[in-house]
Amino acid sequence: MIRAYLTDPSPLATSKLMQMTGATIGRRLLAIAAVPLALGGCITVEAPTEPIVIELNVNIRQEVIYRLAEDAGDTIENNADIF
Amino acid sequence: MGEHMTRSIIRTALGAAAFATALGGIAAPAFAQRDPAYAAARAAGQVGEKMDGYLGIVGAETAELRRIVNDINIKRRAVYAERAQANNATLEEYALTAGCQAILATSPGEKYQAPDGTWQTRTSAAPMRDSRCP
Repeated sequence: MIRAYLTDPSPLATSKLMQMTGATIGRRLLAIAAVPLALGGCITVEAPTEPIVIELNVNIRQEVIYRLAEDAGDTIENNADIF
Repeated sequence: MGEHMTRSIIRTALGAAAFATALGGIAAPAFAQRDPAYAAARAAGQVGEKMDGYLGIVGAETAELRRIVNDINIKRRAVYAERAQANNATLEEYALTAGCQAILATSPGEKYQAPDGTWQTRTSAAPMRDSRCP
């Protein structure tokens, strides 16, 4: 005669994996999943197709440049050896 | 030889020396020209004017080009710093303004940096400059 259980009893936790809690397994899986993700990040770096527009000192305002323009022009003339 | 004559000779010599000094003092800035190595690199398009007011190496970098460019840029920075202070501006503001002017002052055939960062050869047409340039 076969005795049927209402619920199947869990087998004994004989291996390391079985002894781990759900949270531990989750962390392990996450760590494993992150490896290809990290590697993928390294590989998929692509050079932009559009030319990079250099936003040079965007904080410098046009009015400042206009104020300095004449003096800068004189400076270039007076230091012809380095311009 | 009389004392008068001796004095006269001394006076003449002193006068000539003073004249030579004055002439040298006036003439020195006018004769300040580009170092031949710098002038050659510039004419060959190996160096160009950057937007930020400093000199850049256009093609392959060599130790000699790096030396020339560094030397010029150190001197430029010193001049910019002094003039910026005199004008109550920052070093970067003054350097950027000088960059506008230096690019405008390039001769046809010389290299300059366009706003998109690429090196351009100056033609007889106006150079491509930052929109803020006067």
